[in-house]
Amino acid sequence: MQQPAHAPFRPRMSVSRMFFLLTVLLAYLFLAAPLIIIFLMSFNANQYLSWPPESFTLDWYRALPQQTQFIDGLQTTLITASASTFFVLICGVPAALALNRYEFRGKELLSTFFISPLLVPTIVLAVGLVLVLGPLGLTNTYASIVIGHFAITFPYVIRTTLMSLLTSDTSCEEAAQVLGADRFTVFRRVTLPIIAPGVIAGGVIAFIVSFDEAVISLFVAESGRPTLPVHVLRYVEQSADAAVAALSVILILFSLVIVVIVERLMGLRNVLR
Amino acid sequence: MTAVKSDDAPRLAPSQPAGPGTHEKRTARRGKLAAGGLLTPALLGLLLGFVLPVLWMIRMAFNEGAGSGVVIETFTLQTILDPLTDSYYWGIIWNTFSMGFTSALLCIIVSYPLALFLTRTVSRWKGILIAIALAPLLSSDVVRTYGWMVILSPDGILNSALLSIGIISTPLQLANSMPGVIIGLVQIFMPYAILAMISGFGRLNTQLEEAASSLGANRMTTFLRITFPLSLPGIFTAFLLIFVLSISTFVTPRLLGGGRVQVLATAIYDQTTELLNWPFAAALAVILLMLFGTVVAFYQALTKKLEGE
Repeated sequence: MQQPAHAPFRPRMSVSRMFFLLTVLLAYLFLAAPLIIIFLMSFNANQYLSWPPESFTLDWYRALPQQTQFIDGLQTTLITASASTFFVLICGVPAALALNRYEFRGKELLSTFFISPLLVPTIVLAVGLVLVLGPLGLTNTYASIVIGHFAITFPYVIRTTLMSLLTSDTSCEEAAQVLGADRFTVFRRVTLPIIAPGVIAGGVIAFIVSFDEAVISLFVAESGRPTLPVHVLRYVEQSADAAVAALSVILILFSLVIVVIVERLMGLRNVLR
Repeated sequence: MTAVKSDDAPRLAPSQPAGPGTHEKRTARRGKLAAGGLLTPALLGLLLGFVLPVLWMIRMAFNEGAGSGVVIETFTLQTILDPLTDSYYWGIIWNTFSMGFTSALLCIIVSYPLALFLTRTVSRWKGILIAIALAPLLSSDVVRTYGWMVILSPDGILNSALLSIGIISTPLQLANSMPGVIIGLVQIFMPYAILAMISGFGRLNTQLEEAASSLGANRMTTFLRITFPLSLPGIFTAFLLIFVLSISTFVTPRLLGGGRVQVLATAIYDQTTELLNWPFAAALAVILLMLFGTVVAFYQALTKKLEGE
């Protein structure tokens, strides 16, 4: 529709337009550079990646199952990320429901408070978490990571669930109520299916944020329950060789799956905002 | 059906002039109770995982540290004033500030054309193009920093490529230095900058640009007089966002700096893990929070002003 309106001003691809598109392409390339490089590195026979690449190998992938610290870290990460997702959904979805469907004083303030963990530097939060969890004897446990990841995943769940609630039609819920369903049944049978995309998107984002998080995990549980990102951080601190390249590729592919799911459900743009 | 209808009658007619009946009062109270019940788990979670840690951390900054984990319980400003009167820590604060400023500036410059393109394109791939630009956000910053280490290290791909072409004769010292950290940060925060700019470019309007060019302005004039001024709000928002994100980041300065780049975040880490001086680490964290808070306050004032216009 807009094309004809533009036509008089952009009759042909002008030089400046071509220059502009080239800049855009270069920006995309820069954005993808580290990911592409890791991909190349994971198939490179040398320990270090030089240009041009020398020979192709799958050895780094074959060696992965023998890297016991990464396997242990993956296990810890999967447990804590799943538990974090579970708890943040159990707490976040009802809270979003309260914000959307009920009137009470201080609602605006509460909405701001719910998003505010994203405004505090994670390293500051991490120091505080150690100070609180240490005396409770909780540091270096699964629980410390789950508690530590609660605040940084919570805003995403609130945001996605609220988005679904705002666009949902309340007439179905009213109809169910009229027909005699109690509150919980209405929620389980009517509201939840309607807002499912938002809840799933929030859960998926919470999972990947927790799965990738390195700083809080490093502070609260490095010696007891090091997660995969902590292991990778520690390894990479020593050397940027190819041993973690294959692992990184798998992690990147995993986040790509998450990207596709979230994009399909809500649009990545709305969720990350 | 009729029974159902009559049953529902009081609820469907809230505008009745009868005033607040006892029934409505009761439902309002029940609503409040229900809202409270729905909010309780979230509030408890945030109390333990967010409010207490931040408050405890701030309180710790008023204690005195004797090193090796010994904390002297007291209430003094000295621990916060110490780094502020020490030229070494002023250097670290300055490093943090300049790292934030430079990476935000460069990030805006690199992201601006892309954000402009994504705002205006009428391609049917628009959604996917935006998603591709944002996708790196969901991969771990450790992994992306590792990618930059591979690229920038002395025996890395960039140096070996430049050496083999003959542009340089000795490897560039990009790893373990501030420029390397900034290159990494620019890429890592690009998706945020793009996101902030796309949202901030709401007032960009192709009709104004068309009007300008039909009145005889060339492309350069149109850009400088119309497009750029209208995109300034988005640019400012993105700049401040990237600034606050950069000054609080730990992973990238730690890994790409290789111990030679000291910013507040890495200094906090050293104080906690190596020197076990928790009050001092907390004091540095409070300084970081203050720097952070100043920028956020500035940001909010700016957005309010821009919205008010």
